[in-house]
Amino acid sequence: MFDAPFVLFDEDQRTIEKILEQLVQEAHATSAFVIDKAGPLIAQSGSLVGIDTTGLASLTAGAIAATGGLAHLIGEDEFPTHTHQGIHRHVQMTLVGTRSILVVVFDDKSTLGLVKLRSRKAGARLATFFNDVHSRTGPTGNARGPFADLTDADLDHLFIETAPED
Amino acid sequence: MSFINYASREVNCKIVYYGPGLCGKTTNLQFIYSKTRPELKGKMISLATETERTLFFDFLPLALGQIRGFKTRFHLYTVPGQVFYDASRKLILKGVDGIVFVADSQRERMEANAESLFNLRSNLQEQGTDLARLPYVIQYNKRDIEDPIPIADLVDALNPSNVPQFEACATRGDGVFDTLKAVARDILRNLDSQRDTLKASA
Repeated sequence: MFDAPFVLFDEDQRTIEKILEQLVQEAHATSAFVIDKAGPLIAQSGSLVGIDTTGLASLTAGAIAATGGLAHLIGEDEFPTHTHQGIHRHVQMTLVGTRSILVVVFDDKSTLGLVKLRSRKAGARLATFFNDVHSRTGPTGNARGPFADLTDADLDHLFIETAPED
Repeated sequence: MSFINYASREVNCKIVYYGPGLCGKTTNLQFIYSKTRPELKGKMISLATETERTLFFDFLPLALGQIRGFKTRFHLYTVPGQVFYDASRKLILKGVDGIVFVADSQRERMEANAESLFNLRSNLQEQGTDLARLPYVIQYNKRDIEDPIPIADLVDALNPSNVPQFEACATRGDGVFDTLKAVARDILRNLDSQRDTLKASA
């Protein structure tokens, strides 16, 4: 079985970002992210100064995958929420549906209880939204990718900018 | 699972470098990282043991240029090659869009190559994916060593279906970009046929 490509359009992106903006405000969080379980970052909001968002997304996906494996070992399907508490900054992760992860970074301006509460609500909204998106781009959807009938000439553009330095 | 974002005009794809322990998967990524312009690569993350053996994965985000106005972003992962890290390998394969199998050309590693390839097929099958239907290339690494396994023997043992294959010396970089380029092209070509397959089976 193949996983269908996950396709997001401009309007979808705005919808997700709006949910994240509201979450950041209501939870008094530093930033919030939605990440695909395979590793790519889907959307982000809030103060992102000094954060390697691509690395954050990949490591989050890895952490969720690892703890998911741990959950299976003890007879659970998943651990739906994860909290990592640091000295100054903390991370709350919430699984959204089967494919995505909601991540909230917060500091001492907020509390874990408030972040959990707001994350749960935002997660539920995102899960409903992603269900709609996936049904649209899934096997029975009609969305068409931009890569139909790629030619060799199209593909020759790959690596042109990336050409290794000597 | 690839991710196509029309808002940022980006396509994100996941490539996994698979192979037996110490075959040169991490070295492939290190060479790519060292030779790619800074603005086109993200930070390389290595979750490794104190002896620099891969513990969970290496990760390198890379931009390979534009196609039809879309930036192509590839996330390169390696798996830990050591046999006992099988649980980690299964996790890293989730959502994979393309595979590079790195084979070791040392004679004493022939059995490890075959075992690792068997393990790859079986781990993909567990998640409902058939290797034959994924973009997949093979790299025969360490071709610079003295008395390597002859290519014909490697092909017989590891590449019966004749997928694209490359000779390499990852420490020098020979064949590293050719391998990456081949799998990246296959992945992009596959994006659309993947949809067709899904529609046909729906």
